[in-house]
Amino acid sequence: MPRPFTPKIITANALLEGDVVYFTENGSWSRNMSEAELLEDEAHATIRLIDAEQQGHIIVGAYLADAKSGPKGPEPVHFRESFRARGPSNYLHGKQADARSDARSNDNY
Amino acid sequence: MYRYDEFDTAFLAKRNAQFRAQVERRIDGSLTEDEFKPLRLMNGLYLQLHAYMLRVAIPYGSLDAQKLRKLAELAERWDKGYGHFTTRQNIQYNWPKLRDVPDMLDALAEVGMHAIQTSGNTIRNVTADHFAGASADEIADPRPYAELIRQWSTDHPEFQFLPRKFKIAITGSPNDRAVTRAHDIGLRMLEREGQTGFEVIVGGGLGRTPMVGKVIRDFVPENELLPYLEAVVHVYNQHGRRDNKYKARIKITVHENGLDTIREQVEAAFERTRAEFEGVDERVIARIRARFRAPDLVGGETQAYQDARLDPVFRSWADTNLAEHKDPDHAIVTISLKAHGATPGDATAGQMRVMAELAEQYGYDELRISHQQNVILPHVRKSDLPAVFEELKAAGLATANIGLASDIIACPGMDYCALATARSIPVAQQLAQRVEDLRIEHEVGPLQIKISGCINACGHHHVGHIGILGLDRGGVETYQITLGGDATETAEIGQRTGPGFSYEEIVPAIERLMLAYLEVREDETETFLEAYRRLGVAPFKEALYGPEKQRDAA
Ligand code: SF4
Repeated sequence: MPRPFTPKIITANALLEGDVVYFTENGSWSRNMSEAELLEDEAHATIRLIDAEQQGHIIVGAYLADAKSGPKGPEPVHFRESFRARGPSNYLHGKQADARSDARSNDNY
Repeated sequence: MYRYDEFDTAFLAKRNAQFRAQVERRIDGSLTEDEFKPLRLMNGLYLQLHAYMLRVAIPYGSLDAQKLRKLAELAERWDKGYGHFTTRQNIQYNWPKLRDVPDMLDALAEVGMHAIQTSGNTIRNVTADHFAGASADEIADPRPYAELIRQWSTDHPEFQFLPRKFKIAITGSPNDRAVTRAHDIGLRMLEREGQTGFEVIVGGGLGRTPMVGKVIRDFVPENELLPYLEAVVHVYNQHGRRDNKYKARIKITVHENGLDTIREQVEAAFERTRAEFEGVDERVIARIRARFRAPDLVGGETQAYQDARLDPVFRSWADTNLAEHKDPDHAIVTISLKAHGATPGDATAGQMRVMAELAEQYGYDELRISHQQNVILPHVRKSDLPAVFEELKAAGLATANIGLASDIIACPGMDYCALATARSIPVAQQLAQRVEDLRIEHEVGPLQIKISGCINACGHHHVGHIGILGLDRGGVETYQITLGGDATETAEIGQRTGPGFSYEEIVPAIERLMLAYLEVREDETETFLEAYRRLGVAPFKEALYGPEKQRDAA
């Protein structure tokens, strides 16, 4: 029996900003993991990685990372991806800070 | 054949213009990442977990106020208002944008600084004793030699593609503060029959296969240092394994071929290089030395200092953060970048400016970065110490913990580093905070805790009295403890205690080690390391894992 395939997402760093981005279903890049395309089929994942790598003028170092499906979209499995999706633990920098300022602007503070 | 001139403005401007064009070509799509990556690495630009990282060289850790202010400016204009000082005596910026990097490099060039060659399989930034030129125990300032080595190795035609990166450390004092025994080559200054020279140590290194360096030659006269180094690197370049990255460092070359074989070949090569270099070193070193002229120290009464010592807060700081200067009216000030709960080695732009100001006003315009991630004012008149202390205090820089449990070395780990297997910074933060809450570090006394976020060992965990290595064990952050490491002239690689601890367990585990030490030490004069050496690992293992019987049953 073939090994069951752990679902994946495709992630990379943005060329200009260097921050973490995720490959979406429509072939664009999102800064939000929940908007990533969850790849549940191995052959499809391989093809999507090739698609993602075509965009080397926008992103750097695309790779497949394990993910699981959550209520709002894909979620990280490994702690490394959790940290990449959040930002460093010692300062409120990176995505966690962006998320906070997004929330603020949405709430019209 | 050799560049003996300081990187001049024209050279840096040319390099920076080249890199600016390369960045443009990367952005417009004419360069792929595969083509661009080696170019950006040559210019100190890495891509980390959350952003790019720019690593700026601080040769042998020496700075002046103007340079430090420039570093502050970079932090403010192009980063998030702070910089991170590393165990390689460099500074790293964690958040630059690709487009801004050429401007950052141009700004650095204004003060003769750069990020060149802090990467690649070349001879890296030479590190030196951070008390160089000031310490009471020093034979001579090692920095002219560090500069000599830097000039010799920069763009050296034979050594641009070594089997692996190559690190050299140098100390001018018998007390080794530069971890010379954990470098590819370590140089320890000695005097023999009135002549100055060096003990040459090879094949030290941390990382995957930690080794303490071995003495390949007990004395090389100072005027033959370069030809001897050239011979060593030449032999390594021939033998070093290029087939396996993990076996490519000189420590493996020495281990595989045997020290005696390597020594013979080095001596043979030295015959030749010595003839080629005839007289070169003396002329050059004389010229370099003129640039490292010691400041004209203005002594004076020390009564103000004696009076200030009546204040227990000042005294506590003075007792931990000052070191003996060669001039009795002066002291060496170590400024702790390890406030309890803060990130080891980080300084804000504001703090950098305060330190620059202090250097200018009270420190003969000299500053040093230590591999322990602190900042040094090497020459401060004792009578100025109370004023310096007050200003440090106001800037949050007066933590009195140098050499104590909370003066932790921690690499960036998985909060920034793309190679990391676990985090190290928050472990250091929590540990320092715990030590402060318990108020035990002054009682525990000298204790070096060093944390790395992966086997590459940038946090020097192998030579920590207590070393902590963060690993990924089955998708969980796990911390391995080593004990008994020593970074000084009596260097030792620490021994693993046993199974690792989880992120939640590691701080309490280290706390148990400290408490166990207080229990078992002979008296207050016996340090943690001495107690470990006397008693072995047993009492500490028990503190970590419980009594042996129970362990067997478990
Ligand atoms: S030890 Fe590992 S995690 Fe830490 S800075 Fe070095 S490479 Fe990165």
